[in-house]
Amino acid sequence: MAELSYRDAVARGIAQEMERDPDVVFLGEDIGKAGGVFKATVGLFDQFGPLRVRDTPISEQAILGAAMGAAMTGLKPIAEIMFSDFIAVCYDYLANQYAKSRYMTNGQVKCPLVVRTANGGGARFGAQHSQSVENWCMAIPGLKVVAPSTPVDVIGLLAASVRDPDPVIFLEHKSLYATKGEVPDGEIVDELGVAKIVRPGTDATILALALMVPRAIAAADKLKAEHGVDCEVIDVRSLVPMDMQTMLSSVSRTHRLFTVEENPRLCGWGAELVSIIADEGFYDLDGPPVRITTPHIPLPATDVLEDRAIPSVDRIVETVRRSLGS
Amino acid sequence: MAGKQARSAIAMAVDDLSPIEIDNDLRLRIYRMQVELRESEQRAYDLFLQNLVKGTSHLSLGQEAVAAGCAAAMEPGDLTFCTYRGHAHTLARGVPMDRVLGELMGRDNGLLRGKGGSMHLTSVEHGVMGSYAIVGAHIPIACGAAWRAQYRGDKDISVCFFGDGTTNIGSFHEGLNFAAIWKLPVVFICENNLYMEYTPIGDVTAVADPAAGRASAYGLESIIIDGQDADVVYRTAKSAYDKARSGGGPSLIECLTYRYSGHSRADPAKYRPEGELDFWKGKRDPIRIYRERLLQSGIGESTLTAIEDDVKQRVDEATAICKAAPPPPADILTTDVYADGGWAWRN
Repeated sequence: MAELSYRDAVARGIAQEMERDPDVVFLGEDIGKAGGVFKATVGLFDQFGPLRVRDTPISEQAILGAAMGAAMTGLKPIAEIMFSDFIAVCYDYLANQYAKSRYMTNGQVKCPLVVRTANGGGARFGAQHSQSVENWCMAIPGLKVVAPSTPVDVIGLLAASVRDPDPVIFLEHKSLYATKGEVPDGEIVDELGVAKIVRPGTDATILALALMVPRAIAAADKLKAEHGVDCEVIDVRSLVPMDMQTMLSSVSRTHRLFTVEENPRLCGWGAELVSIIADEGFYDLDGPPVRITTPHIPLPATDVLEDRAIPSVDRIVETVRRSLGS
Repeated sequence: MAGKQARSAIAMAVDDLSPIEIDNDLRLRIYRMQVELRESEQRAYDLFLQNLVKGTSHLSLGQEAVAAGCAAAMEPGDLTFCTYRGHAHTLARGVPMDRVLGELMGRDNGLLRGKGGSMHLTSVEHGVMGSYAIVGAHIPIACGAAWRAQYRGDKDISVCFFGDGTTNIGSFHEGLNFAAIWKLPVVFICENNLYMEYTPIGDVTAVADPAAGRASAYGLESIIIDGQDADVVYRTAKSAYDKARSGGGPSLIECLTYRYSGHSRADPAKYRPEGELDFWKGKRDPIRIYRERLLQSGIGESTLTAIEDDVKQRVDEATAICKAAPPPPADILTTDVYADGGWAWRN
């Protein structure tokens, strides 16, 4: 057991899988010699060499296209898109190629690959380097979408993603890279499609993803200490496949539901979860589900505005408190 | 048109640099394939008119020499990547005609059981790694397959077909640069049929030769050939394949050709100048050119007629199989979305 940063967990997770399987290869911009613009892939180039850790030009379509060609002929590529906003310039591969090739070819073409990308705000980068694009990805049948919130989950879910036979979009949160957590020694392999209760509670269920998980936990602690409200916080972790049973079961115990979403409100992931829980858990609910989200706006650059846009600990506390009438 | 003929002359000069033997057995195989592509595409068109092929379809009538010549030069295990105009490239790798026509007709015997349709013909067992309906998307994908071969030391090459219109989309340029810097075993084959969909390619492209004119930007040799002569196509392709297979990196070949039909089913191709279609059909038809060469080389008329009759009979047989085939069962609607065979996204 040792303390590891989320950033270093990325490199450890990739190294773990590359050591295990020579078919795992890695490509992207500045990932090799430079160690990644977020320094999340330091050491991999030296350890695995330029044929397996390949620096590419600024060619997002070529990166994702090449990953698919390698995957459909037997390799297990990990492709990096530096900022998740850049998925917009190569969205064809996610939306039209990866997601549909198996179905369209009646199962002939397989696409076992991982696209890692730095998602989310908080770094004052402005509207084109800060977006939360999980809802762009989860809307497409055929893709899997994962977003870890802790260093240990980075390693375990990355390993599960690399070993998964489907294309997985792996959303790292750029504002979590510097955070640290305890990580066991040895191989770590997790499972896709399993949500985690990260703080048990009895009065309300709060569903959160990525950077919103530590904020939801901090808010729950404050709600307990200052208002006597005991919230259960669930780290959704995997949007596709989605662990509805863990979430439905929690709501059946707490009877209240909140989502904390960094994506802009319209068609955010929480909308789908709320819809399912309203459908299947309706009689468990004692009040309307409440979504705490970034408004439907582009993200501003400056700190005072960005902090106002993305759900904060105080906004979560205030919203939950008001909704529960505590 | 004079300009196009002049460029064909350049093509022959390039070809002279790499004389590659083509014996009569191979010539007869290439001839048979061209006839098969012509007859089966014509049948696909006839089936449209009977409303037995639905949706859209993009025919390769007039472009048979490119598909037949390029496929004949491939080795088993080599990989084909093509566009939505992919019927000919699929058949040319040996995929049975009834499986192709069945897919166009949406029957259960189709290559993809009706789940892909005309624009997505794929047969991995024949090395046909897909027909891609988003222009240019398959260029980087072919690079990735070639990267796998390079990484593992596999001897196969990837061959990527596309039209002149593709040379103006970003993925073409990203993919070519990628292939060149990594020296990948991939060969890019542009079928310049003079039109991007409905618009003459010259109206929308800054250089005269949409593919060959861009080759130097990626450090590649400028190769432009007569795409109506299957021998020229075969020799040029073989030489590029050999280079790729031996570690010499990618090539880009522009084949000058012509499509007899419109862009797709919906297009009557009225934008063509009067006489252009007649010129190509009369003077530049790939099957006519090849037939004359075979006769000149001493192959008897009866041999060629026997091939033509046999192909026509096989097209009729394939059509009958497809007409008798049932539609796919409803339960495949939700299969193969994910690798577990199903479509479940939640528990």
